[in-house]
Amino acid sequence: MKEYLTNLGNKTLNFFRYLGGVTELCLETFFWIFVPPMKRERIFEQAKRIGLDSLLIVSLVGLFTGMILALQTAYLMKKLSSEIYIASIIALSLTRELGPVLTALIVAGRSGAAITAEIGTMTVTEQVDALKTLATNPVKYLVVPRFLALTFMLPVLTIYADLVGIFGGYLIGVNRLSISPSMYLATTFDTLVNKDIFTGLIKTVFFGMLIALISCYEGLNVEGGAEGVGKSTTNSVVTTFIFIIVADCFFTALFYFFF
Amino acid sequence: MIEIKGLSKRFNDHMVLDSLDLKIETGETKVIIGRSGCGKSVLLKHIVGLLIPDSGTVLVDGQDVSKLDEKRMNQLHMKIGLVFQGGALFDSLSVWENVGFVLREYSTLKEKEIRERVKEALSLVNLYDVEDKMPSELSGGMKKRVSLARALCVRPQIILYDEPTTGVDPITADAINVLIDELHDKLKVTAIVVTHDMRSAYKVADKIAMLYNGKIIAEGTPDEIRYTHDSIVHQFITGAAHGPITANLKTQQI
Ligand SMILES: Nc1ncnc2c1ncn2[C@@H]1O[C@H](COP(=O)(O)OP(=O)(O)O)[C@@H](O)[C@H]1O
Ligand SMILES: [Mg+2]
Repeated sequence: MKEYLTNLGNKTLNFFRYLGGVTELCLETFFWIFVPPMKRERIFEQAKRIGLDSLLIVSLVGLFTGMILALQTAYLMKKLSSEIYIASIIALSLTRELGPVLTALIVAGRSGAAITAEIGTMTVTEQVDALKTLATNPVKYLVVPRFLALTFMLPVLTIYADLVGIFGGYLIGVNRLSISPSMYLATTFDTLVNKDIFTGLIKTVFFGMLIALISCYEGLNVEGGAEGVGKSTTNSVVTTFIFIIVADCFFTALFYFFF
Repeated sequence: MIEIKGLSKRFNDHMVLDSLDLKIETGETKVIIGRSGCGKSVLLKHIVGLLIPDSGTVLVDGQDVSKLDEKRMNQLHMKIGLVFQGGALFDSLSVWENVGFVLREYSTLKEKEIRERVKEALSLVNLYDVEDKMPSELSGGMKKRVSLARALCVRPQIILYDEPTTGVDPITADAINVLIDELHDKLKVTAIVVTHDMRSAYKVADKIAMLYNGKIIAEGTPDEIRYTHDSIVHQFITGAAHGPITANLKTQQI
């Protein structure tokens, strides 16, 4: 029992230490964003990589999610004889919820893991130390470009995923559920108001920051060689997943009650 | 001048440096010898401010390294070059981008001028036509030399070498020794060379100091060290398996 409590205490302590570390990195990142010089190419390079890394998976997941949503809602809507709502339900669930969260999870698994592995390798091979001895702050050089690129790219990829998803729903709706194309599109875009798109995108901005901060933090704090890099990479993905889901719940509640 | 006073550092329960004192005069080449894992790299990292002492101070030209703000620390880093044990080249950058890193980041020089400077630094370490290679395409000895060229590119007054000859073949090792000597003569730099390669130590040192159990236990000219009466130093430099260093360790720990 005592052992169990000590263990629990240690775990809690470690958790808060982790939160503290990530928060500190967050503050440092915001500080260094505003310290010139800002090398734009470095941000573009990262943004390009993040976009290309996830484009294919986001397309596939978006398309199939749209199709699945169409079939699942059709099942219920048929029972209620309200097939007319299929398009609206798809559009709303995608832009408000599934687009942002699925894209964030994909990017966390793809780019977040890659960032931890890359920075982690740099840490264990002393490249991060080398940066410091070359008068360069690792947060400025490594974290800031990835942070900005992810914060920018995640909303972009999400919009893309939303569109692909709506297209997937359209394919099923028009071809299998015999909704007329013009009707489908009209209901889709009539239902969506700016608020839906806006709340979806605002979440992704935060998800992007979360992915960047956690994956960089894990990378900079790797201990113990190649094995440590592997461990941190797994950790980084799992932790980001949890944080994304928790943050999502928080935002959804916030938007539901206050907007 | 580098002055280390009462420097102590422990990791968890492991006391690595135990109130260590050492002084390196300007223009001198000091070789620090010691077994693997005795804290040589840890010592160098304290001199460039990568590690913070538990107690004690490191003064570089009178400045306490652990108390410098970001700006002063950067100025210090422009003055000191550290050549890492494994090279620590940036593996996403080509050789010339590695060597010219500081110039590309902070100077207003054009790419062509930086390439000239890089070429010059590479020729100091006897490397030619490798500018556009990636670090992964280089041999271990070449990586060490590129790493040295990167440190040299900012024209430092102090160079710290972490095991410059470990893991390279004897001929390359000797070339590196010659290089360290030349840099010492040509550029009048202050140097600390950390090594357990005694050939290298005798060749480049003005003074040799031995690190053992977290302290400097002996210091002297190469000849003084070679003909020492200290049994610990004697065992180390002759490389004997039996002696005072290994006497109180169980065989498994050796
Ligand atoms: N960041 C660190 N965390 C924990 N232990 C460390 C760290 N750096 C070095 N050590 C320990 O300090 C000791 C000395 O290491 P080091 O200075 O690298 O030895 P060497 O003399 O071979 O260069 C080793 O036992 C090593 O395990
Ligand atoms: Mg070492």
